[in-house]
Amino acid sequence: MVNLNKDKFKVANKSFKSRLIVGTGKYNNMSQCAKAIKLSGADIVTVAVRRVNINDKRKPLLMDFIDPKKITYLPNTAGCFNSEEALRTLRLAREIGGWKLVKLEVLGDKKNLFPEMIETLKSTEILSKEGFEVMVYCNDDPLMAKRLENAGACAIMPLAAPIGSGLGIQNKINIKIIRKQTKLPLIIDAGLGQASDATIAMELGCDGVLVNTAIAKAKKPFDMALAFKNAVIAGRQSYLSGRIEKTLMGNASSPKKGTI
Amino acid sequence: MKKVKKIKIKVNGKVKTLQYRTKLSKLVENLNIPIKKVAIEVNQEIADKKKLNKIILKNNDKIEIVHFIGGG
Repeated sequence: MVNLNKDKFKVANKSFKSRLIVGTGKYNNMSQCAKAIKLSGADIVTVAVRRVNINDKRKPLLMDFIDPKKITYLPNTAGCFNSEEALRTLRLAREIGGWKLVKLEVLGDKKNLFPEMIETLKSTEILSKEGFEVMVYCNDDPLMAKRLENAGACAIMPLAAPIGSGLGIQNKINIKIIRKQTKLPLIIDAGLGQASDATIAMELGCDGVLVNTAIAKAKKPFDMALAFKNAVIAGRQSYLSGRIEKTLMGNASSPKKGTI
Repeated sequence: MKKVKKIKIKVNGKVKTLQYRTKLSKLVENLNIPIKKVAIEVNQEIADKKKLNKIILKNNDKIEIVHFIGGG
C-alpha cells in the first residue's frame, strides 16, 4: 500500500503534509478565508504585499487571522509587470519577517494575465543569487521551465489556464513533458475551476497545486476547500498507484471460462 | 517668536507635514504601525527596522509601509 503519511511534499528542503497550496485573495472577509484554509488542510498560503492603510488603523490584519507560525506564508509578486517591481516587492516581503521562500509572478498582459517570461527569467536569476528560494509562476513551455531550473528556481509552477479563469488544465502534454524533464517540485498554479482539475494535475505527476479563485469564489467556499483537499489526495494516490495501460479495444472484466 | 520649521513627506502616497528632524521611529509610532508585521522603505531603499531611530526624515522623502494581505 502507498503510505501517504510518508509521502511528503518537499519544497526548498522543507517538508509539508499537504500538497495543496491555497491563495488568500478574493474571499468575502478574513475569517472566511481563514476557515477555508483550515478546511483545505493547506500548509502553505500565498499572500500579497501591499501598502498599510495608514488612515484606517482598525482594519484587520491577515496575520491576526492566519498565524504565520503555523502556516507557511508564501509572499507573491501579484500585480508586478516587470522584474524591477517584482524584486522590490520580494525584498520588502523578506524584510517583513525573514521570508526567503517566495512565489515569483511577473505578468505580461493585463487581460490574459499570462506571465512575462523574459522578465520572470531575469528575476529568477537575481533572486536566487540573493538567497531567495524562488517558486516560479510560468507558462507551460518545457523549454522555459528548463531555463528557470537552470536559473535557480526551487519549484516550477506552470499555469493550467489564465489566472482566475477556471478553465482547468489546457495542455496536459506540456505538463507531462515538464514532469519528465525535471526533478524540481512541479506545481500547477492558476486556472483551475473545480476539484477534479486538481486530481488531473496530480495524476499527471505534479507535486502539488495552487488554488485561489476556485475555492474563494465557489458558491460554497468551505465545501469547495474540502473538495480540493480530497481531490489532491485522490490524485496523488492514483498517480502513485500506477494506472492501467490505455487500449483501443475492450477487455472483458469477467472470465470467459464457465460461461453458460 | 521663532517659527518652527516643518517638512513635507509622503507616506504610502499621502502627504504628511512633520516637524523638522522627525525620526522615522517617531512617525511609525505615531501611525500606530505594528512594526513586526511590516516592512518600510525610504525613497525606495529598505529601512532596517532595528535602526528606525537613526533615520531622520527630510523634506520630500517618500516612505512606503507595506504588509501582507490576501492574495493568490
